[in-house]
Amino acid sequence: MSYERPGTLDDAVRLSGTGEDAAYLAGGHTLIPAMKARLRDPDLLIDLADLDELKGLVTDGERLWIGALTTHAEVSQTAGAIPALQQLASLIGDPQVRVRGTLGGSLANNDPAADYPAAVLALDAVIETDRGSHAADDFFQGMFFTALEEGELIRRVGFRIPKRAAYAKFRHPASRYALAGVFVAEFEDGVRVAVTGAGGDGVFRWTAAEEALAAGTDPASIGAPDVGDMSSDIHAGPEYRAHLCTVMLKQAVGGLS
Amino acid sequence: MGTQFTLNGQPVAADAPPTALLVNVLRDTLGQTGTHIGCDTSQCGACNVLLDDVPVKSCTLLLAQVANRSVTTIEGLAEGDRLHPMQEAFRQEHGLQCGFCTPGMVMAGIGIANRHGGEVDEETVAHELEGNLCRCTGYVNIVKAIRAGAAAMDGAAREAAE
Repeated sequence: MSYERPGTLDDAVRLSGTGEDAAYLAGGHTLIPAMKARLRDPDLLIDLADLDELKGLVTDGERLWIGALTTHAEVSQTAGAIPALQQLASLIGDPQVRVRGTLGGSLANNDPAADYPAAVLALDAVIETDRGSHAADDFFQGMFFTALEEGELIRRVGFRIPKRAAYAKFRHPASRYALAGVFVAEFEDGVRVAVTGAGGDGVFRWTAAEEALAAGTDPASIGAPDVGDMSSDIHAGPEYRAHLCTVMLKQAVGGLS
Repeated sequence: MGTQFTLNGQPVAADAPPTALLVNVLRDTLGQTGTHIGCDTSQCGACNVLLDDVPVKSCTLLLAQVANRSVTTIEGLAEGDRLHPMQEAFRQEHGLQCGFCTPGMVMAGIGIANRHGGEVDEETVAHELEGNLCRCTGYVNIVKAIRAGAAAMDGAAREAAE
């Protein structure tokens, strides 16, 4: 396995074409555990650590733009334009994970129980890459799959600043991943609700909940998503996950700010 | 010529592949076995070390990622026979039983003290210890130790400033 540490984004993308199975290394807090478990075995690691242009936050009025290499710890401290996003970042993993793990790494991996995909989808984000941009609604394509092409590198993510938003998550007590996490965002033109951790195909928009909330329905009376669409593993079955979605939805709506 | 970094204040050149895990380099190449490996899944925190004074999991970092940076392990905290205030607090408060998780707990505790200061409350310490597993103590004395250690670190910093 070889290791490269390019100084520019162009060099990083160019290098990605030189390996049989090249992998970008951002915070490494998914990739390295996956390599330790022999789930990944790249022949070339491209460490992005020196690409300072991919770090930091900036607001342009309508959107909060966060660089792909910004860590969860930084977002939890500095994303004041969207408090729900700060709160979400503060619930990822543990402090040692949060100082290393990055927004771009989380999105490119699209773990079905990761937190950020719920925020990206509910906040109608734009994912900018080295070669274009993706709307959140088109980006996530089933667990561990995204619209990213081979070697395509996320530069930054623009989250639409909502009127109010909140994230509620039922965490697995050991891994801290979401068994069900619900992100609710209110905009002038409607409500968006995204669910992570529970769906059989990864993160999804819960459109029935969006319509019910927009119509003023009491969140406590909104029914669970279809059990057949839920995931199931040793930690939780589909009925339990569907039920957790309703509980997290109530908590999120109750916490809107 | 290996990867160069600073270990416990001393420059070292580790003769290991750049993609070796830092924890293995520390233990096997450099003989610093105070840093422990408790799990294989980046969850237990026994391997925590300080990277430029911030606690990180050395089992989830590659050697190349610490090139030209400063790593502190449990061996590097005491000054001679004088324990670091966080170590001393773990001793005073009996914040350990078997001791396996302790190096990582001490590092996490130093991180908590640096982030929250000397008056950090119990709830904050408990929340921020979520990345450290202990199978003996039930955590009660660990939380006490970290609060006492944070207060002592704060006191030592004030003394130094005066």
